[in-house]
Amino acid sequence: MLQIIILILGVSFVLYTILGGADFGAGIVETFAGRKGEKIISKALAPVWEANHVWLILAIVILFTAFPVVYSTISVVLHIPLMVVLIGIVLRGSFFTFRHYDIGRDASHKYYTAVFKVSSFITPVFLGVTLGAMILGRIDLSDTSESFYEQYIYPWFNLFCFAMGLFSALLFGYIASIFLIGETQTPIERLRYIRLSKFFMLLTFVMSVLVFLAAEWYELHLFSNFFNSTVSIGAFTVALLLVPAIFYLFNHPSILFLRLAIGLQVAMVIVGWFAIQYPVLVVEKSGNHLTFYNTQAPPATQYQLLIALFVGLLFVIPAFYFLFRVFKPSDDQKPANP
Amino acid sequence: MDDLLAARLQMATSLGFHIVFACIGMTMPILMAFSEWRWLRTNEQVYVDLAKAWSRGVALFFAVGAVSGTVLSFELGLLFPGFMRHAGPIIGMPFSWEGTAFFVEAIALGVFLYGWNRLNRWVHWMSGVVVGISGVLSGIFVVSANSWMNSPRGFTWQNGQATNIDPVAAMFNEAWFSQALHMTLAAFVATAFAVAGVHAFLLIKNPKNVFHRKAVKIALSFGAITAFLQPLSGDYAAKDVADRQPAKLAALEGLYKTSKPADLIIGGIPNDKEERVDYAIHIPGALSFLAHGDFDAEVIGLDQFAKEDRPPVLITHVAFQIMVGIGMLLALAGLLFLLFSWRWQHLLSNKWWLLFIVFLTPLGFIAVEAGWTVTEVGRQPWIIYGVMRTKDAVSAMPGLQYSFYLITSVYLLLTGLLIWMMRRQIETVEEFYPSARTSKP
Ligand code: HDD
Ligand code: HEM
Ligand code: HEM
Repeated sequence: MLQIIILILGVSFVLYTILGGADFGAGIVETFAGRKGEKIISKALAPVWEANHVWLILAIVILFTAFPVVYSTISVVLHIPLMVVLIGIVLRGSFFTFRHYDIGRDASHKYYTAVFKVSSFITPVFLGVTLGAMILGRIDLSDTSESFYEQYIYPWFNLFCFAMGLFSALLFGYIASIFLIGETQTPIERLRYIRLSKFFMLLTFVMSVLVFLAAEWYELHLFSNFFNSTVSIGAFTVALLLVPAIFYLFNHPSILFLRLAIGLQVAMVIVGWFAIQYPVLVVEKSGNHLTFYNTQAPPATQYQLLIALFVGLLFVIPAFYFLFRVFKPSDDQKPANP
Repeated sequence: MDDLLAARLQMATSLGFHIVFACIGMTMPILMAFSEWRWLRTNEQVYVDLAKAWSRGVALFFAVGAVSGTVLSFELGLLFPGFMRHAGPIIGMPFSWEGTAFFVEAIALGVFLYGWNRLNRWVHWMSGVVVGISGVLSGIFVVSANSWMNSPRGFTWQNGQATNIDPVAAMFNEAWFSQALHMTLAAFVATAFAVAGVHAFLLIKNPKNVFHRKAVKIALSFGAITAFLQPLSGDYAAKDVADRQPAKLAALEGLYKTSKPADLIIGGIPNDKEERVDYAIHIPGALSFLAHGDFDAEVIGLDQFAKEDRPPVLITHVAFQIMVGIGMLLALAGLLFLLFSWRWQHLLSNKWWLLFIVFLTPLGFIAVEAGWTVTEVGRQPWIIYGVMRTKDAVSAMPGLQYSFYLITSVYLLLTGLLIWMMRRQIETVEEFYPSARTSKP
């Protein structure tokens, strides 16, 4: 039972990274996307972003239902970065919609765009910071007499966590530029996004190497853990092999395979990373790590959660299928204006 | 400001903000679907224009509702980790059902807002109905989680740990039905009267306009029926509170001394020192009847509870008076509208009646906020009634007031912007929708 819940949690996390990531990434990419960028991005995002972001809510609900101690622990220790993530989510969602729906086409538009772009960048950075802090091992639950800095800032305020943050933002930018290739209408546009994709792919790769190096610097031995896990090695190999495939697909008329390839690649990166950590969720300084096993909720809860999730999927999967069929790859979508 | 107070204020601000959007999110899809249905049946352009004009505003509110809801799902832990550590496994179930409802809602909303010209008319209409139904369901699931805090069931509390967890019993606790019913009605009352008020205001400026006439009529019809039912469900809720949380009932009524029979105390200002309510109207025996259905029944007062177990009487009592006062006024307005509905053409040309509707615009939402204040403040000092105190649940992190300032300023900014944008949108309605320019002879 627990394994299935972990699986669903993992799947929602992966889907949030891909779909939500494409949304946040679009805000990052827009800066580099030229004049038409805003139009393409608004058109692509508007019908789907709310649905995409429910994956995050699902992950959080599973976390606090099935692994309540993990949820309440990170809420306390990582209060500050999480608060930044929240503010980012609020501002990004609202200002994207304001920009799209506000009738006026005056100076306000510039401000909406600015806030949208900035928060699209800040949010993934701090999501990455939060994830980084969970695995870095500076969280100390045994000693509550330490200073404010030691308890609430030191665990996340360091190069490794910010490297993770930057990596997330770049990864999101990469996902977004690939997704947006399918939204372009002219060959020139298409070329522009293909170039952007390559650019972000390169940056993401470089950044991932830096993350590993930063980890070594902080004596977190990701490299050796990585080589000890066959699953990680396998997953990262698949992710690497997908690179030439993606290059080939850039020139393929169908966008579907390209999107599947990038989705698979991101999933593999996450699986590889997950396999290094499993089953630990929060690495604790003195070695009392929080794992899926020592924080799990009682069986009755898990059972009911599974029922809810299964019934949920029964509704949600066909609904999603319908939504994406109606809108993607898209032609002309206008808000409800004649 | 101490951390407990900051956490409570932040929770209150975030919930008080979110609830407005939640109400709109539950009600507007139904109003839009209704209007679209009228269009499908009559083919009158004005109905589809109305649905489209509404949907533009609703899209803005939905976005803010969704992100502010996301904030809440984190805040439960950020502010009250001690609560979620134990409550998560117990009330996670309604939250996970709610997640399903959100999903369906968000997807159907995408289809509804962007599918106008892509789908078969009836399929499009169905998507609106689905948004409405799943919105109401998500409201019901959250309220069920909240009612568990008032009426904790489905676990055994031993040595500071919950054991024998039964999520189903927790979800269907004794309070869930009365609260869910009352809340769903409240969402309709508040939103419908607000919408009617805005269009009535525009109708005064432009008396023969068909667009606004239809809008007022549709909104008021929903508002009137639900406003009429609201005091009934409120009475049912109060009887429930009397059985389940006598301290809350005593606080909201301002009943300091256990009495048999007990007076209904209307208005006034509770005076904690003297343990009485100053300047209030007393109706002998009425409280006994309202709480227990018997004019001679005994009603437990605050004197039965130790000082540290009493909720703040002043806030709870005043908030309750506000809610009930507004509830009575809206029910009366609804009744008038229903009685005279056969002459509604006439009513909608009467400036005084329209002014009255305009006056009612914010009242429903004020009642919603007041009602939640009654529920939440009236439960104090408990976060889980009788099981865990709020002060034991609050986050250990010092400096919570800065989170509170931050969230509050963001929400103030969003509120200001939304109001400003709605004004702009209303001003341009006639430009976009031809039927908004036509008038009835
Ligand atoms: C339009 C809004 C509105 C209106 C007109 C009323 N209420 Fe209400 N009331 C709410 C909106 C609301 C609410 C915001 O929806 C609450 C908060 C918690 C809940 O479930 O509903 C609530 C709670 C609430 C509670 C507390 C329930 C609990 O703590 O479990 C009681 C006793 C009443 N109401 C009673 C009434 C009565 C006697 C009314 C007479 C007219 C009334 N309400 C009108
Ligand atoms: C949306 C409508 C709601 C409003 C306006 C509201 C209002 C409030 C207010 C005013 C407080 C502060 C009370 C005090 O500390 O004196 C509060 C606290 C709280 N509410 Fe609600 N509430 C709402 C719904 C909910 C729901 C649905 C839940 C949970 C499922 C919830 C959970 C809490 C928690 C955990 C606290 C903090 C602990 C406490 O003070 O008891 N609330 N809320
Ligand atoms: C009585 C109080 C509440 C009611 C009636 C309510 C109802 C609703 C409704 C109807 C929506 C969808 C409407 C919209 O998107 O605008 C919504 C959104 C949301 N609510 Fe609430 N809610 C309440 C309190 C809460 C609480 C306490 C939480 C979290 C613990 C919460 C979490 C959310 C989330 C995450 C969303 C966004 C869903 C999406 O992305 O579509 N809500 N709520």
